[in-house]
Amino acid sequence: MTSTSLYAPRVPIFPRRVSGAFRRLKWWIMAVTLAIYYVTPWIRWDRGPALPDQAVLIDMAHRRFYFLWIEIWPHEFYFVAGLLIMAGLGLFLFTAALGRVWCGYACPQTVWTDLFILVERWVEGDRNARLRLHAAPWSLRKMRLRGVKWSLWLVIAVATGGAWVFYFTDAPTLLRQIAVGQAPLAAYASIAVLTATTFTFGGFMREQVCIYMCPWPRIQSAMMDADTLTVAYRDWRGEPRGKGHDRTDTTGGTLAKGDCIDCMACVNVCPMGIDIRDGQQMECITCALCIDACDDVMARTGQPLGLIGYMALTDAPREQAGQPPRPVWRHILRPRTILYTVLWAAIGAGLVYVLFVRAPLEMTVSPVRNPTYVVQSDGAVRNIYDLRLRNKSGQDRPFRLTLTSDDALSLALEGVEGDTVTIPADTTTLQRIYVTATARAPAATAHATPLRLWVEDVDTKDRASTATTFNGRVQ
Amino acid sequence: MTERRVDEETGVETTGHVWDGIEELNNPLPRWWLWTLYACIVWAIGYTVLYPAWPMLSGATTGVFGYSTRGAVAAEIAAHDAQNATLTADLVAADLSALTAGDPLHRYGVARGSAVFRANCSQCHGSGAAGAPGYPNLLDDDWLWGGDVAAIAQTVAHGIRNDTDPDARWSQMPAFGDILNPEEIGSVVAHVASLSATDAIPDAAGAVLFSENCAACHGDAGLGNRDMGAPNLADAIWLYGGDTDSLTQTVTQARFGIMPPLGQRLTDADVAAVALYVHGLGGGE
Repeated sequence: MTSTSLYAPRVPIFPRRVSGAFRRLKWWIMAVTLAIYYVTPWIRWDRGPALPDQAVLIDMAHRRFYFLWIEIWPHEFYFVAGLLIMAGLGLFLFTAALGRVWCGYACPQTVWTDLFILVERWVEGDRNARLRLHAAPWSLRKMRLRGVKWSLWLVIAVATGGAWVFYFTDAPTLLRQIAVGQAPLAAYASIAVLTATTFTFGGFMREQVCIYMCPWPRIQSAMMDADTLTVAYRDWRGEPRGKGHDRTDTTGGTLAKGDCIDCMACVNVCPMGIDIRDGQQMECITCALCIDACDDVMARTGQPLGLIGYMALTDAPREQAGQPPRPVWRHILRPRTILYTVLWAAIGAGLVYVLFVRAPLEMTVSPVRNPTYVVQSDGAVRNIYDLRLRNKSGQDRPFRLTLTSDDALSLALEGVEGDTVTIPADTTTLQRIYVTATARAPAATAHATPLRLWVEDVDTKDRASTATTFNGRVQ
Repeated sequence: MTERRVDEETGVETTGHVWDGIEELNNPLPRWWLWTLYACIVWAIGYTVLYPAWPMLSGATTGVFGYSTRGAVAAEIAAHDAQNATLTADLVAADLSALTAGDPLHRYGVARGSAVFRANCSQCHGSGAAGAPGYPNLLDDDWLWGGDVAAIAQTVAHGIRNDTDPDARWSQMPAFGDILNPEEIGSVVAHVASLSATDAIPDAAGAVLFSENCAACHGDAGLGNRDMGAPNLADAIWLYGGDTDSLTQTVTQARFGIMPPLGQRLTDADVAAVALYVHGLGGGE
């Protein structure tokens, strides 16, 4: 009898190669997501001479986010917030309908782990070869294989960390800087950290990240219910399980056994190292590889496929009674998924609407209230306003400032002759303006006089206005 | 250590701890989790060696890196100054009146001057530069000593009526309480009030007394004289108040507002910057 330990060592997992419909789907998703990740920063998008030509760019230094033809300024951060909420609702929707599809197919941890296992299998061989190598003592061959594998992992990890930094600055420029050792420290530090995490998480932590580090598995059960399609083992069909020779009794007669021949294929291919036949488990990321593995075996033993398959718990009694399961759409179309979809679409429609109605010029007005008014030597009363003028276009623009009011008020610009100020492309400028009422004008002695300030792009005739008030000299 | 025992209900090993018949199950943590705890402890110890941490009898250990928050601030200020060294030198050398609003040097000067103003000028002139009785409003178009940027810079650098700077702007109005009797002062005040108010009744005796006693500095029409800092008495702006009582007090006792020579406290660049800032507040000439 050994004593108990409060800490468990990681049990290495050696997933066996598997082929089938879900494996093919996962290869495709891996190829597409990795391609998007590595290629996106290199796509160019012409925005004119004043703006960067990178299609997707998070420009921290200049506080701009560029996505194709869309440019987001810091004060439009609600777009990012909206997209994050949409991403969250989308995750809720998919989880409610199809379980942990995000975990199983699209999560970076899954995709990169899959890629690392691919490299591992390519260098060291399939499950049995890897098991033998793992158990073997250190030798030249083992060192060579480990060295090659780790080197390839490291190359992928560096490329992963390297691609990340390209999203934050002009990619070709940064690549040249990195090549000659002239890049900013932040770039090297980001690459180093992401290289280390990719290498460790993809190569050595793998399922530990999902089981112990990720909060998502614990939250997901709140989004799932009995109608959610998950990967499940049809135990009423499979049990009692038994290997081939177990199926004959001592007299040579066949015992009544389930379809499961206990070949362990589903366990051997599982990247999480679990046995799906134990039922739903927190560790299961529903990658569906056990479905492929089991279907392969079922085909070979001449039994119906789908001993392990996507199934909703509500169908279990029907299937046990020999009835066909309800159609998939009946599981997916539920008040819950409809609510998630409606919310998701409403936020998306709102963002698209705002995106198309936003003006290329904007003005915010802050009336100077310290002091509220200034008396001039001729007795005229003046109010000061600080205008923030935003030119969101790619060209320098002449902005004309005017005001409308019931009273005769005049407008002057600080440091500028006339009423027109040129705002450089893609910038915000603070412009101080003076509004004056002559000594005899009613506004000079009225408590407050409403007025509206207008800004007009002289070239395009785009206009914006803001209502504010004029404070008179109150005795 | 206890012997292994598996709980029949859950199939999970127990720790062997039993309270009133309730056994504690053992769902072990991953071992690497324990390593991260040890790594954090090692990190923490290293941190306390490298950075200020351990309290001693006087103060705390300074750490191998010699880091201090004060030092970090000083380094940031030094780096900021070094970054702006060229702009600072340009600002001192520049012809301030030739700088236009769009000029980067002008923008820098105004931004820097805004900070200088808040730290050195706002105590008297107010954070909004609107002044107070006795402290001129810098937002209007009335200037005692001139409102172009060079004149403002001169006033800032040397101050007004102070004993510490020989180049201070200087003028002094006599206290007419020693020269005129109260009745005469009343007439002068009535005349001065009529200069800026069209509906006031002209005071003939006051006009005569004004031309004899006041016009030398304030001019026959009371329009003032910037060379000697004599205020314009015919406009709508009164530094000490334009009502009869205030005017009577001004004429009887005179006024003696002092501004310190800020050139002795500020750098040339700061003086130039604050002059640009004040000039751009709305009244600059």
